[in-house]
Amino acid sequence: MSDLRRFAVFGGVYNNFLSLEATLRDARALGCEAIFCLGDMGGFGPQPDRVFPLLRDVSDLFVMQGNYDHSIGNRLEDCACGYTDPRDNYYAQISYDYTLANTADAHKDWLRDLPTEFRHTWAGQRVLMAHGSPRQVNEFLWESMCPDAFLEHLLKSYEADVLFVTHTGIPWKRELEGGRQVINVGAIGRPANNGRTSVDYALVEVDAEGVRVDFREVAYDHEALAVVMREEGLPEPFVETILTGWWTTCLEVMPARERAAGVY
Amino acid sequence: MIDVNLAIDRPPEGPAPLLELRHLDTLWLQVTGTLCNLACRHCFISCGPKNESHPFMALEEVQRAVESAAAMGVKEFYFTGGEPFMHPQIREMIALTLEHGPLSVLTNGVLIDEELASWLAGVFETSRYNFDVRVSLDGTTPEENDAIRGRHTFEKILGGAERLHEAGLNPVFTVTTCHAELAESAGRQRFFDLLAERGITRPRLKFLAPFKIGREERRGGAYEEFERLREGMLDEEARASLQCSSCRMVTAKGVYPCPILIEEEGARMGDTLEDAMGPIKLDHPACYTCFVEGVTCRT
Repeated sequence: MSDLRRFAVFGGVYNNFLSLEATLRDARALGCEAIFCLGDMGGFGPQPDRVFPLLRDVSDLFVMQGNYDHSIGNRLEDCACGYTDPRDNYYAQISYDYTLANTADAHKDWLRDLPTEFRHTWAGQRVLMAHGSPRQVNEFLWESMCPDAFLEHLLKSYEADVLFVTHTGIPWKRELEGGRQVINVGAIGRPANNGRTSVDYALVEVDAEGVRVDFREVAYDHEALAVVMREEGLPEPFVETILTGWWTTCLEVMPARERAAGVY
Repeated sequence: MIDVNLAIDRPPEGPAPLLELRHLDTLWLQVTGTLCNLACRHCFISCGPKNESHPFMALEEVQRAVESAAAMGVKEFYFTGGEPFMHPQIREMIALTLEHGPLSVLTNGVLIDEELASWLAGVFETSRYNFDVRVSLDGTTPEENDAIRGRHTFEKILGGAERLHEAGLNPVFTVTTCHAELAESAGRQRFFDLLAERGITRPRLKFLAPFKIGREERRGGAYEEFERLREGMLDEEARASLQCSSCRMVTAKGVYPCPILIEEEGARMGDTLEDAMGPIKLDHPACYTCFVEGVTCRT
């Protein structure tokens, strides 16, 4: 593990088995020696059980638990997203109930028992991967809400030089002094509210200089996914997001700055 | 004989819990002290045109507190008062704070004219970090709102919010649920409907429980003796979820644990932020509201 030269990091599968397949294919074709999934397998997309054969018992894949996985794994009643916007709550509950009802018990147990962080040292840099933030699984690290000094504080407190997170669904990265960096890998299950139907993951190169991170944009058959979503009776606003690249729901938790970049 | 259980009315026993500051995530600044252009009947710090118990903060005081907090790795800033837009140097304060992190300004919206709305929208578009304006509105009709916030305020508040929206800044409406039905989902929906009618089609709302102190004590009644926190009532999760485990409030008169308690005797922690990093005692009845209602003042 410590001698990896190229690896991939992604999060937020959201039942999107087609984008997951495309992401894994892309990463492996680029010669990634390992692939890290930072959690949130369920929600939003169709047929949850189709993602697990791609994720379980795969030798180059390391999977961690997100807050959604914790809720599904422990058979909780909702995703605990805590919206006050009735529209966001309505759709979040549909999505959660659908995922809970259509995830096999054996997969729920697997989600329940996943690790909650990864740590490795590459090129002398201590790399930490977490779902939301290292201190709280459901903490949102949005680009516009993270001062440099706060990120420095997280890195110092959790003894890391490079931090990877997901949870918000929109990718960004920040370089700090001394080669330290924070990367939110975004999500592969849903486009990043940017009008593009592709999804993003982080491609990491390790050499003597350190750890270098670039985002990779992956196109997948989003129209085929939309067909399955409609067959499954999932809400039309979700389908619209897949077909247009603009978020239609879960907007309440998004900061005004990120939200203003979208159309809703 | 009827056996009546009065246990809940008895004062709880044992010491008040002590709460450590986990990390200064949130810095509040009482930039205009207790001076406000309105004198709302539910105000938990009795702000108004004549309450000078906390005066305006000087620009240099704001700068010092913001820079100290940034050095500690703060995550976000909030300006409140009183009414922040009464301060003659509010624009300088906003600009300097946004260099260090995201900022929310809590306002009643009444002073937001077109020029100010346009300036605020410009700040939103160009600043590195997120900038939010939070507008307080306490009802979906003039009767409901004005009974709390004063005569003719309903239209003035909505006017300010509409000007912000037209300028390109989508404000967060904050509703204190003094009218109990507004806390329920049907009541919340009425706000969404009202704002949609006003052209704010993707409204952002925050609902807050009232605190029974300040002017609100006279309007809605005081805390009962049993409404107190005691050691043993708080597990680790509850401690982490209390906002005061991650915030402090700076005023012109010193530093306090949270935005609620600045007029409470004994709540002052010190002169500077550095003096106020120690644990606090949750011995005030308002602490009970935060615990029971899961209140956070954050946007």
